[in-house]
Amino acid sequence: MAAWQKLVNYLGPDLTVIIVGLVGVLALVQVNALFLVWLERKVAAHIQLRIGPKEVGPFGILQTIVDGVKLVSKELITPRHVDKKLFMLAPVAIFLPVLVSFVVIPFSENLQIRDLNVGLLVIFAFSTFNVLAILMGGWASNNKYSLLGAVRSVAQNIAYEIPLLLTVLSALLWSNSLQMSAIVESQSTVWNAFWMPVAALIYLICATAETNRAPFDIPEAESALVAGFHTEYGGMRFALFFLAEYSNMLIVAAVATTLFFGGWKPLPLLGFLPVPGVIWFLAKTYVLIFVVIWVRWTFPRLRFDQLMNFCWKIMIPAALLHLIVYAGIIKLIR
Amino acid sequence: MSLEDLKEELSKVVEPANIRSRQHEKDGFFLEVEAKAKEVEALAKAALEADCFLESITAADFTEGVQIIYQFNSFSSVSRTLVRVQLARDESVPTISSIYDAALWYEREVFDLYGIRFDNHPDLRRILLPEDADFHPLLKDYGKVHAFRSTEEIYGE
Amino acid sequence: MANEFLEPITEQTFYLNMGPQHPSTHGVLRLFLKLDGEYIVEADPIIGYGHRGHEKMAESHLYEQFLPNSSRMDYLAGLIFNHGYVAAVEKMAGIAVPPRAEYIRVICAELNRISSHLLWFGTYIMDLGGFTPFLYCFDDRENILDILDRVSGSRLTYSYCRFGGVARDLDDEFIESTRKFIDRLRSRWNDYHNLVTKNVIFIHRAKDVGVINRELALRFGCTGPILRAAGVAYDIRRAEPYSIYSEFDFEIPTGTTGDALDRYMVRLQEMEQSLRIVEQALDKLPEGPFRAAVPHKVRPPKGDYYFAVESARGALGYYIVSDGTSYPYRLKARVPSYGNLQVLTDVLPGTLVADTISILGSIDIVVPEVDR
Repeated sequence: MAAWQKLVNYLGPDLTVIIVGLVGVLALVQVNALFLVWLERKVAAHIQLRIGPKEVGPFGILQTIVDGVKLVSKELITPRHVDKKLFMLAPVAIFLPVLVSFVVIPFSENLQIRDLNVGLLVIFAFSTFNVLAILMGGWASNNKYSLLGAVRSVAQNIAYEIPLLLTVLSALLWSNSLQMSAIVESQSTVWNAFWMPVAALIYLICATAETNRAPFDIPEAESALVAGFHTEYGGMRFALFFLAEYSNMLIVAAVATTLFFGGWKPLPLLGFLPVPGVIWFLAKTYVLIFVVIWVRWTFPRLRFDQLMNFCWKIMIPAALLHLIVYAGIIKLIR
Repeated sequence: MSLEDLKEELSKVVEPANIRSRQHEKDGFFLEVEAKAKEVEALAKAALEADCFLESITAADFTEGVQIIYQFNSFSSVSRTLVRVQLARDESVPTISSIYDAALWYEREVFDLYGIRFDNHPDLRRILLPEDADFHPLLKDYGKVHAFRSTEEIYGE
Repeated sequence: MANEFLEPITEQTFYLNMGPQHPSTHGVLRLFLKLDGEYIVEADPIIGYGHRGHEKMAESHLYEQFLPNSSRMDYLAGLIFNHGYVAAVEKMAGIAVPPRAEYIRVICAELNRISSHLLWFGTYIMDLGGFTPFLYCFDDRENILDILDRVSGSRLTYSYCRFGGVARDLDDEFIESTRKFIDRLRSRWNDYHNLVTKNVIFIHRAKDVGVINRELALRFGCTGPILRAAGVAYDIRRAEPYSIYSEFDFEIPTGTTGDALDRYMVRLQEMEQSLRIVEQALDKLPEGPFRAAVPHKVRPPKGDYYFAVESARGALGYYIVSDGTSYPYRLKARVPSYGNLQVLTDVLPGTLVADTISILGSIDIVVPEVDR
């Protein structure tokens, strides 16, 4: 037997899948970050009547790699009066849970590292680490601006999780299971987004708020608070915050695709095309991400109290109402 | 309020002899008032009654001392009035910041650049120069000075 | 005072320093805020970081030598500052200006006003988080800068006006490119209104924010769009017509409540009125000399003089004391942003920190003119 076959035998099939999967996920996250940063810069540039990066590589594709090299080569400055342990822990704490959430994303029928039967719950559980890590980063920086940014971010994230989960519940009512593959299977007749469009919309809005993207990006609003909770971070630490944000965007879009847009299933009438499921999945995910980027560069920012009012007075009642109505509808259907 | 009414209001505070008309087309002012330091507050109150706003407070350094120039104007009809207060060296002026809030900064600027103290000003500190500066730049004994004249030479006939 | 807030349970105020290095304070301005949570209790703008001593410089320079200084005080409306200065000295010295020069000055001053307002528009929305209109405005503004560059030689700090006229004559290319620009900008108003004015988020950030009413403006000596948004139609071009403004047909846009949205609308409408003035001036442009013959060193008669013009930000005035020589004895520039900035000490307390950016942006100050 070849050496790798001996290794697989020794580790056992499950562990091999996990290790290979994690390596694959890491690779995906890095490539995704590279691609997304380039996509964002190009989309922003074209909306603003500019061109964007074009020198480094064809269409500027290699720009992100070069920027990454620059960030990695910077000196890691730790300001004097920070809380050292929390300061160094925050970027790690914000990035790792996002990596772990990738374990249950169903890229295709067979491309899922671990099809846990509480898959969706795992994703939401790990995404709440985000809040803790932001608070760590803002507090440890010993900087009033960072603290203000972190506090606002915590309030915003906690508030917008409620309508997020309520709309997810609506989708779960139909699929009857938290298992990601089962959720995708339940959409084999029609996608959830077609008959619960309001839920998809609310989910997308809350997802934008959860990932701190404009128009909900007060925590990192440059013009009001310099850079919010990651003001004091430079070099690779800043790169980790950045990576975490883009990976979070990917997770959130992937979950939206799975819950509402049919996962890896092809478009309703185009099932005959010989396109593998993973391509459909990635295409849908990136279209959603493109919409999020588009919204960012079009609208100004909400003021913080208006943002919170919007959540508590509009989103939560809407999501609740939606849940009740659709619970009734699904009961009638079944 | 018309110019005549304004002139009347002001002449209740200051001797009418010190109120002169000027030609607006020639030099931008309608009225000119020469006042003493202690009449400034009453003048400002009269101007506020006449619905005027404080356009600026500035100063110029002459051999006799610094001369403070107040400018009042109104929105409804241009009635720019110049109030001249000639001070002796080291004399101070009562503040008009309780009547016009704009005076808070204008008086701070005059203090900063000329060293004139304004009595009862709530917050008289430097505004343009650093807080620890120890000179008053626009006085004619500081820096590059081209001419230092008396008011007679400029305003005298 | 804008908002009511609950009785504080504990004394929780802390000091926050915005600036002097800050992306949103336009220029080197330091806002020293005393905060109670998110509400501002006291606000103290601290200026002087850009004090260069223009007024002291004026006292030891010839009248001609001060001309470049004037446009560096407010670099966004440099031509208007230039215009005010040369018109002030011309009135003092009794120099007559040929009509063609007057028309040229008015055209260039109004183009400058438009470019200043465009920059304000872009940076205001950018401060509120919408990054895109900023680039659209700069695209339009580049046209103006190119037009003025062709005739004066500089893009931002012009020294184009001279005593008795202007430095260079206009050519046909200038007139043609200006007409093209007028059409182009008029076609953009729709875009700007759709993108920004009708945007619900923007309206929420600007409506009822930072109300400056007539009484407040009177106490603080605010002029310009702030005063006009409060409902007072006071514009020096109408109240004390200088140059040839009395020959043009234009309106003075006013607002009703004096909040940030009114100030925003007033400035947008002012840009349209400036376009009208430029159009009428181009139509009526007479032939003739562009500069009168003027003695080499201007020597105004003794006395003190004041001359007011309407700058992009408010009423600009030059107060000059002349001792009969060719050096001014005292020159003071009464700049509009000085009074406009001071009103923040009364408007900010009671508002949220996030509104500070909106209020500061809508007031439109340029800090170098405050500092001189």
